[in-house]
Amino acid sequence: MLCENCGQNEAVIHVTQIVDHQLGTFHLCETCAAEKGFEPEQGSAGFPLTDFLAQMGQESPRPRTTAVTCEFCGHTLKDFKRTGRLGCSHCYVTFEEHLRSLFRRLHGGAQHVGKVYLPPDPSEAERHQQLSRLRRKLDVAVGKEDFERAAQIRDQIRQLEGTRN
Amino acid sequence: MRDVSELGDFGLSWLEGSGPHADVVLSTRVRLARNLQGHPFSPRMQDDERRRILDSVQTAARQGSLLRDGVSLDVSALVPLSRQVLLERHLVSRELVGEGGRETRAGAGLIIGPEELVGVMVNEEDHLRLQGLMSGLRLREAYAAVDVLDEELGRELPMAFHHEFGFLTSCPTNVGTGLRASILIHLPGLVLTKEIGRVLQGIGQVGLTFRGLYGEGSEVVGNFFQISNQTTLGKPEEDLIDHLHKIVQQVIQYETHARGVLMREAPAVIEDKIWRAYGLLRYARSISFQEVMNLLSGVRLGVSMKLLSGLSVYTLNKIMIYAQPAHLEQAAGRPLSEAESDVHRAAYVRRILGGEGELPDTSGDDGSEVE
Ligand SMILES: [Zn+2]
Ligand SMILES: [Zn+2]
Repeated sequence: MLCENCGQNEAVIHVTQIVDHQLGTFHLCETCAAEKGFEPEQGSAGFPLTDFLAQMGQESPRPRTTAVTCEFCGHTLKDFKRTGRLGCSHCYVTFEEHLRSLFRRLHGGAQHVGKVYLPPDPSEAERHQQLSRLRRKLDVAVGKEDFERAAQIRDQIRQLEGTRN
Repeated sequence: MRDVSELGDFGLSWLEGSGPHADVVLSTRVRLARNLQGHPFSPRMQDDERRRILDSVQTAARQGSLLRDGVSLDVSALVPLSRQVLLERHLVSRELVGEGGRETRAGAGLIIGPEELVGVMVNEEDHLRLQGLMSGLRLREAYAAVDVLDEELGRELPMAFHHEFGFLTSCPTNVGTGLRASILIHLPGLVLTKEIGRVLQGIGQVGLTFRGLYGEGSEVVGNFFQISNQTTLGKPEEDLIDHLHKIVQQVIQYETHARGVLMREAPAVIEDKIWRAYGLLRYARSISFQEVMNLLSGVRLGVSMKLLSGLSVYTLNKIMIYAQPAHLEQAAGRPLSEAESDVHRAAYVRRILGGEGELPDTSGDDGSEVE
């Protein structure tokens, strides 16, 4: 691949940059990269600059994720590099390992700790988990004396208890 | 429906100028990105599949309490001008309507609740973009409202959720909570004292980001900044909201301080700036939107600092929306060239300010109305 800046030399540095929530990848030769201030060893220094893809190239092979095409939507890792977008929710499983390291760089973590989704037809375990989460949220709201919010959460709890047969 | 002109002030509750700090914080917006299980993300779907998604979301919306009595639009069936009007009202994104409102995907939709505090964009980059939109600084309330909407829709529509990565989104920058909370804030004091660079840099260092008036990739106009959270994964929603709230309160303090400094050190200059801005808006015969925004910034500062009386924040907010090109064309009922648009804009602003403000109407002024 040729450098996207000069079109002359081989691109050896791949920079993934997030600008206004658009993920873009630039492929640059060593000279152009240095001119633009992207050092090969710089790593993730200038957050939100990342060279996730360069790192991906170097640290491969990753034996556990050999699949590079999502079997549900046909999206490839190359498509992802090009567009910065996943094709479907299954892509997250397909590209799991790559994504985990990307998330650490983008978000500072890869484990979701927020709201847990409860499907339309939840199992008893899921319902249980959701109820205890809502009760914790209720305690927090009451602690903050946010009674309007507390009333809302109480409604959610009641609704969830009501769906139990 | 092909045209939104019959909907009047549809979707503009968020600029009513109420809520805490409404003179500085124009609006609060909290959005949640969600996708349905078993379908590719919207950009990778065929037209008919996207239309089916819109159908099923509209059906689900009728089951819950928040959207049932609202307005539901197939945005792809609207004329391009109407799409631009929705964009100018900040109800849809550029991504949803495409450049110039002409590249809208089939199945693109918008549903807004009856009180206009919550809504959902359908088939943007994600299947669903739930939004809570309120006037002033009301982050917790906006999140609480959109959280309830999320519960309602999630009960009807199976959402894509991963035990480790959370809610799955088209772009990896939204994964996890899918939450983007942002406030639109007016910071003329920090701009005039040249402190703004330092403040924005500080915002970047605490995990927040700023943009211009129209969101992603847009320029800063009229000293308005959108401040929002940068990361979406690894922290609970409430923490993201509270963090932004805390920082925004600090930014308001800095802005207040900067205004104090200006009034102490250069009161005559500031007052002159404000009255000149008012004078130009009140009497100009041709004016660009960019110029209106810059002058409105001065007038808003004057109103906020009680140097100008008789004008409401609501009036200023309204001008920001209605003086935009698509709104002017809609009012004129025909396409306008840029030059015509500038003349219509000046006439509109004169008419609105003529109804309020301290200065008496000079004779002959309204005889030249263009519309
Ligand atoms: Zn080069
Ligand atoms: Zn896929």
